[in-house]
Amino acid sequence: MSATYLEYRRASAFRRWTEREGIFSWLMIGPPILFLILLVGYPFAYGIWLSLEDRPVAHAGKFVGLANFIADFNDPVFWQVAINTFVYTFFATILKMVGGLALALTMNQDFRFKNTIRAMMLLPFIVPTVLSTIAWMWMLDPGFSVINWFLKYTGIADPGPSWLGNPSLAMMSLIIVNVWRGLPFYAITLLAGLQTISPDLYEAATIDGAGTWARFRYVTLPLLKPVIFIVTMFSVIFTFADFQLVYVLTRGGPANATHLFATYAFDIAMSGGQLGMGASVALAMLPPLALIIIAMSVYMKPNKS
Amino acid sequence: MSVERGGWKVRTLKLWIPLGAFMVFTLFPFYWMAVTSIKPNSELYNRKIMPMIVYHPTLKHYVDLLTETNFLQWTWNTFLVAITSTAISLVFGTMLAYPLARMKFAGSALISFAIAATYLVPQPLLFIPLADIINQLHLGDTLTSVILTYPTLLVPFCAWLLMGYFRSVPTELEDAARIDGATRLQTMFKVFLPLCVPGFISAGIFAFTLSQNEFLYALIFLTQTDVRTVPVGAIAELVKGDVFYWGQLMAAALLGSVPVAVIYSFFVEHYVAGLTAGAVKQ
Repeated sequence: MSATYLEYRRASAFRRWTEREGIFSWLMIGPPILFLILLVGYPFAYGIWLSLEDRPVAHAGKFVGLANFIADFNDPVFWQVAINTFVYTFFATILKMVGGLALALTMNQDFRFKNTIRAMMLLPFIVPTVLSTIAWMWMLDPGFSVINWFLKYTGIADPGPSWLGNPSLAMMSLIIVNVWRGLPFYAITLLAGLQTISPDLYEAATIDGAGTWARFRYVTLPLLKPVIFIVTMFSVIFTFADFQLVYVLTRGGPANATHLFATYAFDIAMSGGQLGMGASVALAMLPPLALIIIAMSVYMKPNKS
Repeated sequence: MSVERGGWKVRTLKLWIPLGAFMVFTLFPFYWMAVTSIKPNSELYNRKIMPMIVYHPTLKHYVDLLTETNFLQWTWNTFLVAITSTAISLVFGTMLAYPLARMKFAGSALISFAIAATYLVPQPLLFIPLADIINQLHLGDTLTSVILTYPTLLVPFCAWLLMGYFRSVPTELEDAARIDGATRLQTMFKVFLPLCVPGFISAGIFAFTLSQNEFLYALIFLTQTDVRTVPVGAIAELVKGDVFYWGQLMAAALLGSVPVAVIYSFFVEHYVAGLTAGAVKQ
């Protein structure tokens, strides 16, 4: 009798303990946090360790300090890759931002089949990137490009250019395909932002004599700024670290003209088997990314709003 | 009358022309995918004929794709991986989001910052150490390798999206349940979570399309044909050296895209809600 009573007391004490907010919360978040530490935190730290090692695949590593980073610094291809990555990120982002805003403003009018058109607009963003990039590769094929057929048919150029064979054209092609894929994300998110702006504000501005441009400049743009900021930072991060497009379309060629940090690191680590060197190239992405990531994480903290 | 005509003209200029141009740009690659996949090789590689239409449509590329390659196996693998990792991510995401959205506890600010930061860490920063870890665990060429690693991309996203959703649900029902003597766990499962189905659909659909889209980890971890996913299988096995099987490639691209597109079309609104969550504070 008294034993069961003691058990009951003990069980209810335990129950009361787990009912405490702090305890319950940590019991709940513990497992996923552990998972993320094991599969994100640990690999991240291990990557830093690898970058300080001479580590051929399937061999033991040897600690070499900053030698890999010094080798990167003296590698002309590394600097070419850095320039490529910045060019790619900069132009793709600008085009997506301007194009996405234009598309969002266009879509922010009333017209029939708006929802259907919006759904179709998002297709490039939904469809697995590698698969749609294969279609682009065929459209840019040196022998059978449909774009070149069109250029020839309309008399603009004959023969058409080699889209992926010429260094600057290859970079331009990659940027266009990136814009094709990323534009819907900008457009749909900015459209959602536009729809939160109260029509009263436009009315008030019109009464005050603002024209179309002034309404855009002094009502739309300031109110949309936070959305533009978030979307752009997102897109910069994932454009900067892009891998799929380049891997499928050019593999970094011709002559490294389209290698980005991610594909170059992949080449060194996976194809070349130099894990340490590869890790150092991948980590070179960290300083610019860290700045953006910290700025964004602070900005996004949900308890702020 | 003239005003109306002016309105019509302005509308064409401001709406239909730009919209039409964007639509052509957006949809042409899909049209081209479809057209190429049903062209016989004699038309595919003939520069003399007009390429926009098909003269003698054929399903040969589809038949070849389904009979001569492991495409069906890849599709099955892709689905299995996407569904499992989405399920794991929803469970872990909920476990993170519920306390963060509802409770006060030591370290909550740090945890929510860490989750946002983890969500933004791109894969190329982690793939080299992860490849080595997967090797050491002897998980190479198993679907387990990607089922374990995809949630690292999806959990922070799901947690973050669900956190936003959970906050938008009023607390009255939970308070009432607590007063009636329900434990925290009962309150969460019996009262709160059933209210959040739309949030789960948004997060689930988004996580599902993200895992269908994943390429880098699958490319590195899966090198045997019978464990590959559709994107890796298509790139690795339908391109042999310099020989591209364009008809089959386009058929694979189309067939690989259709399931995602169909599922997405049923849940467009949820998907858009997930996409714009966070960026747009309604």
